[in-house]
Amino acid sequence: MWRSSTAERDGRVPGGEALLTVDGLRVEFATRQGVVRAVNGVSYRIDPGETLAVLGESGSGKSVTAHAIMGLLDTPTVRVPAGEIRFHGTDLLGLREDDRARIRGRRIAMVFQDALSALNPVFTVGAQIGEMFRVHEGLSRREAERRAVELMDRVRIPAAAQRMYDYPHQFSGGMRQRIMIAMAIALGPELLIADEPTTALDVTVQAQIMDLLAELRRESGMAMILITHDLGVVADSADRIVVMYGGRVVESAPVHEVYQAPAHPYTRGLLESIPRLARKGRALPAIEGTPPDPLAMPTGCSFHPRCSYRQDNCVTDAPPRYRIGPTRDSACHYWREVLDGSHG
Amino acid sequence: MAATGEPILEVGGLVKHFPMSQGVVFRRRIGEIRAVDGVSFTLRRGETLGIVGESGCGKSTLARLLMALERPTSGSVRINGREITRARGAELRQVRRNIQMVMQDPYTSLNPRMTVGDIVGEPYEIHRKVVPRRERRRMVQELLEVVGLNPDHVDRYPHQFSGGQRQRVGIARGLALKPEIIICDEPVSALDVSIQAQVVNLLERLQDEFGLAYVFIAHDLSVVRHVSDRIGVMYLGKLVELGTEDDVCERPSHPYTQALLSAVPVPDPRGRETRGRIVLQGDPPSPAKPPSGCRFRTRCWKARDVCAEQEPALQARFTTGHAVACHFV
Ligand SMILES: Nc1ncnc2c1ncn2[C@@H]1O[C@H](COP(=O)(O)OP(=O)(O)OP(=O)(O)O)[C@@H](O)[C@H]1O
Ligand SMILES: Nc1ncnc2c1ncn2[C@@H]1O[C@H](COP(=O)(O)OP(=O)(O)OP(=O)(O)O)[C@@H](O)[C@H]1O
Ligand code: SF4
Ligand code: SF4
Ligand SMILES: [Mg+2]
Ligand SMILES: [Mg+2]
Repeated sequence: MWRSSTAERDGRVPGGEALLTVDGLRVEFATRQGVVRAVNGVSYRIDPGETLAVLGESGSGKSVTAHAIMGLLDTPTVRVPAGEIRFHGTDLLGLREDDRARIRGRRIAMVFQDALSALNPVFTVGAQIGEMFRVHEGLSRREAERRAVELMDRVRIPAAAQRMYDYPHQFSGGMRQRIMIAMAIALGPELLIADEPTTALDVTVQAQIMDLLAELRRESGMAMILITHDLGVVADSADRIVVMYGGRVVESAPVHEVYQAPAHPYTRGLLESIPRLARKGRALPAIEGTPPDPLAMPTGCSFHPRCSYRQDNCVTDAPPRYRIGPTRDSACHYWREVLDGSHG
Repeated sequence: MAATGEPILEVGGLVKHFPMSQGVVFRRRIGEIRAVDGVSFTLRRGETLGIVGESGCGKSTLARLLMALERPTSGSVRINGREITRARGAELRQVRRNIQMVMQDPYTSLNPRMTVGDIVGEPYEIHRKVVPRRERRRMVQELLEVVGLNPDHVDRYPHQFSGGQRQRVGIARGLALKPEIIICDEPVSALDVSIQAQVVNLLERLQDEFGLAYVFIAHDLSVVRHVSDRIGVMYLGKLVELGTEDDVCERPSHPYTQALLSAVPVPDPRGRETRGRIVLQGDPPSPAKPPSGCRFRTRCWKARDVCAEQEPALQARFTTGHAVACHFV
């Protein structure tokens, strides 16, 4: 199933406009306990200027997919047995490392999930931002410093000209996240992958950072893959959403459509379990059970042990991604029932 | 659950300052961190008081003070009328039976070398007279069942459980001594979204069954709102607003509460283009050097001269008892 192309599947014109397509990607890790199929046939597509949210449970393969796009899967235990990642039509997985290195940082950049520990504690932040320009653009130290101050201004770090001489520990979590964003946008990438950029931050700081990202995108037209598990953040900022579960994409749709009527039981369960005013004083409709063990994925549909819509065939037949709308698909045999809202 | 009115936990003027020192050989005191700086509230039997506030505002320090794991600089904490801040030894153990804690991190808060049965039953080792030794295993299995775990898994180790299950183990342990009060410090924030609802439901069910009172600390306002009867909003070591869930969330009156509520993303994309939002500038100041007067004034859009000069008291400003610490409410 994963062999058919994404563009075909989500109904948009193949080729041409897509900025990046991930197609049938598989990533495996050899561990002492066995093979972890972290990414198990993932396909998604992002167009220029678009914000695509990738939502999913912890361990569902969101970050590993992003690392594959960046070309940063570098442990000796990793294997990519299948898949393509096309950027402007070119398969990145087929490129030599020096060609990939020219794309990384320059055209596709990433803000990492553990951003707060990604800064080097022994260098000033000015030196670390400036390094981007020295390495990639061969600027002199002075010139690089000037550009670093400009960038710090742009991500709204007050008194940038003085603060560039400070070390990471002298900044708050929100400010360090701004520094990471500054480094990611330094070279004007076309695509920014933001992996949980606000998960470690307070809501008021999260609001500042999301505003900053929106503003940077408006100015530059850069596309963004926003990895998150927060349905509020998705609703606020994404154009489209891809929902992952157990190393697969289970639903992909324009954001308004998903919130109006989810077409996969997992998405539906997530949306229902958010505490809302109307449910005050009542039990939340929780998704029962636990996320799948990556070493022992359930047979058939990997959501079946937790699914209230399950029928016998779900245990044996893995659902393909059924095309259910012009730009929408669901990997559930019973997507019609889910979409109708009739309960399983 | 409706509170029955009778106060079970009374906190008055609670203060915790941590000394800041410099130098290795001759340690000099160079100031203090005012982690908790004058907090007062009452918790009633069967009630849930939610505490929200940003990172570093003193929520966990407050929790540790309530548990008598930390001695306050000043102020009082009374459980069923008994002062616990000066209790020691056997007396302290006795009051502690009545107040238990569920912690944030289900991954590190359980000892990996102990079986789940030993972890849940550990309080019986400390309070040996509560349950006779030969009864303990059965009690532990009953507790596992209460929190929705398989009682046959009593001999397994924490790593054999998922995050949500480990949090259930922590809750079972908290229930072992049949406390009347449970302090939950971010009990669901480390869990997957799909698991959070399970744990929230469990906590609510146990409250109904055992008449527990909760102090529920979390930064996720939608969860706090769901579980709380009343909510206290903390900023830099102080409560700035305290009232019923409805008062605080529907009629937020302190500028900080208003900003906090408006920053929570709404899980519905409809109308997002026109949604207004108060975006606070800057970061909270350091608790080592809180601003004079009102601590929120450096980020407050309503601040005037008086805010730098006089500290606004947390006092009831509406007939409902809804209390706000702001000069202009
Ligand atoms: N280097 C590695 N070796 C072995 N397994 C790995 C490795 N990196 C990731 N995995 C596994 O791959 C799976 C997917 O991980 P990934 O980090 O992509 O999850 P995620 O969706 O980003 O989760 P989270 O929301 O927690 O960040 C997990 O089961 C993880 O344990
Ligand atoms: N043992 C300690 N010694 C010195 N300072 C401390 C100590 N414990 C906490 N603090 C400081 O007291 C302040 C309040 O910390 P606390 O952990 O109570 O905050 P919190 O509200 O729980 O934050 P979070 O949401 O990040 O958990 C912080 O500035 C913290 O650095
Ligand atoms: S395919 Fe079956 S088990 Fe899977 S989500 Fe759909 S109904 Fe549930
Ligand atoms: S007292 Fe002044 S500074 Fe403080 S919240 Fe009220 S208006 Fe703002
Ligand atoms: Mg991740
Ligand atoms: Mg804390």
